[in-house]
Amino acid sequence: MLKIENLHCQLEEEPDTKILKGVDLEVEAGKVHAIMVPNGSGKSTLSYVLAGREGYEVTEGSAKLLGEDILDMEPDERAAAGLFLAFQYPVEIPGVGNMIFLRTALNAQRKARGEEEMGAPEFLKLVREKAKELDISPDMMKRPVNVGFSGGEKKRNEILQMTLLQPKLCILDETDSGLDVDAMKLVSKGVNALRDEGRGFLVITHYQRLLDHIQPDVVHIMAKGRIVQTGGPELALEVEKNGYSDILGAAA
Amino acid sequence: MDAPINPWRAAYETFKASESAAKMGVPARDAAFARFEAHGLPTKRDEYWKYTPVRDLTPETGVSATSAKDAFAGVDAYRLVFVDGHLDNARSDRDALAKVADLPDAGADWVNTVYAELQGKKVEGAQKQIERPFADLNLAMATDGIAVRIPAGTSLDKPIHLRYEGNKPAHLRIVMLVEKGASATLLESGAGALTTGSEMVLEDGATLNHLRAQTEVADKQFTALYARIGAGSEFRTFTLAADGALIRNETELTMAGEEGNGYIAAGVMGRDHALIDNTVYIRHEAAHCESRQVVKNVMDGDSKAVFQGKIYVKKDAQKTDGYQISQSVLLSERAEFNAKPELEIYADDVMCSHGSTTGALDETALFYLRSRGVPEKEAEAMLVAAFVDEAVLEIADEGLQDIVRASIDAWMAERAAG
Repeated sequence: MLKIENLHCQLEEEPDTKILKGVDLEVEAGKVHAIMVPNGSGKSTLSYVLAGREGYEVTEGSAKLLGEDILDMEPDERAAAGLFLAFQYPVEIPGVGNMIFLRTALNAQRKARGEEEMGAPEFLKLVREKAKELDISPDMMKRPVNVGFSGGEKKRNEILQMTLLQPKLCILDETDSGLDVDAMKLVSKGVNALRDEGRGFLVITHYQRLLDHIQPDVVHIMAKGRIVQTGGPELALEVEKNGYSDILGAAA
Repeated sequence: MDAPINPWRAAYETFKASESAAKMGVPARDAAFARFEAHGLPTKRDEYWKYTPVRDLTPETGVSATSAKDAFAGVDAYRLVFVDGHLDNARSDRDALAKVADLPDAGADWVNTVYAELQGKKVEGAQKQIERPFADLNLAMATDGIAVRIPAGTSLDKPIHLRYEGNKPAHLRIVMLVEKGASATLLESGAGALTTGSEMVLEDGATLNHLRAQTEVADKQFTALYARIGAGSEFRTFTLAADGALIRNETELTMAGEEGNGYIAAGVMGRDHALIDNTVYIRHEAAHCESRQVVKNVMDGDSKAVFQGKIYVKKDAQKTDGYQISQSVLLSERAEFNAKPELEIYADDVMCSHGSTTGALDETALFYLRSRGVPEKEAEAMLVAAFVDEAVLEIADEGLQDIVRASIDAWMAERAAG
């Protein structure tokens, strides 16, 4: 599904700031991989580089989605190819209605894949159904994208987008940040509903608690721009119990 | 006198002897031409023309249209079509309009009173008088136009649409008197006018909505609009301007009666070497009035936008609420925006504010949209539409708002394709 090999990157404007220093990672279809990271280890960089944000320069290595090299693609092409990033800080876009945004995105992806665009009535029905499952009110759908949404509402809106766009690979960047327990359950339920044979997940988090709700198949520890350890779900529990320092000390 | 004026004098004398000049019968014509001649064509030394140089303008300067469509073609309206500066009766609904409104000859007494009232008047007590050479030129050389009186209490059933076509250097005058409690909507579109001069009087409790589409202007258009707003009246004017080599819109509102509202908004879209200038003067003469200016510029290529907005508050105009915002999104590094806000306030109990911003589209928002699969150009169009919408929302009628939005979308789509 997703295969990252020896990925190196630095900031475009500060070439001396090397952030990723040889990331190797493979996420198989049907699996949930978690990456646990201490602060300042290139967590968001990895998700941004995969999603195609400007400002990063890949100097070495590759990233392939379903066998296709994504690093040369535009962000929208990556999305159409099946990549979805749930943002740690979803962006507020004043003046752009949430509904119009969702429909434009969905149909742009369909068009890019040569599929038929979804008509307004069918889309409306689908959105209503999915929004309800995530406890997103019709009022939120009418508002501009994320404007005036609480932290939890923003995260639920991300999951709604993910549900509608049906990506092949979902990257969740600290989706648990800013969520209380109830919101976390709601979000996790939305994510778990999407788990199936054909879809891969990469869940990036500082804490183990999200992994209680979204249970991973594989857990990686990332530090200083690399994956330093890989194991089963028990690795997350070990981090929770002993902190990162033991593992990092052992890896160093 | 400056040398370039001489051909204008010759052109004026020729025009004055013409049939259409006789038909228009404007007594104020000579005085207006004298003001124009005394001032000369504006140069960079003129305070209010610093950013807008007028080059290559002669009495023979023609006009031409781009391939853009008439934004208001689909609107059910009383259409008055002017071709090369003259009303084309066969294509116009003048007779139908005459059944619901009074259309006197342009030479009628009240029409000439309006000319004298609004145009020639100096602002008492203001630091500086602003010269309006193109308004003077328009009044002096107007070949045709329309004078409309909306009788008291009448609500016009559909908009009046003034449509300008042709290639000659036409000067058209528009005079509107909206009597007590009456309401009307006026639309303007087309490139076939080098200058327009509009004088509008709103009596107490009147409503006038004005909407102008300058989306087809290939070269130059100068407009001057004066409105005198009576007590409890509401005047709204919105202009969508795109791509003209030189478009200058001057708007001067006088808040003449208490609790009047005056709203000026504009959406500006520029590419290549377009130069689009909106210059506004709002005179608060009466207390308890509200005025608002909302100008949104979207500039690409080597285009340039200018906004000069002044709020003048007379000593007696207490409780004035004046607001002004001008903002630009620059889609290219070479595009430019010049803003000059001015406040001149003599009353001591007022709320007046102004703000201006310039910047690129929000990179983060752009990336967010693209990360959801929206292609770059489409994402830009969405953000641009959202940006301009604050101005579009100043238009009272929602159907007309949508027409303006469609024009903006078409402009962005053409840019994406180009």
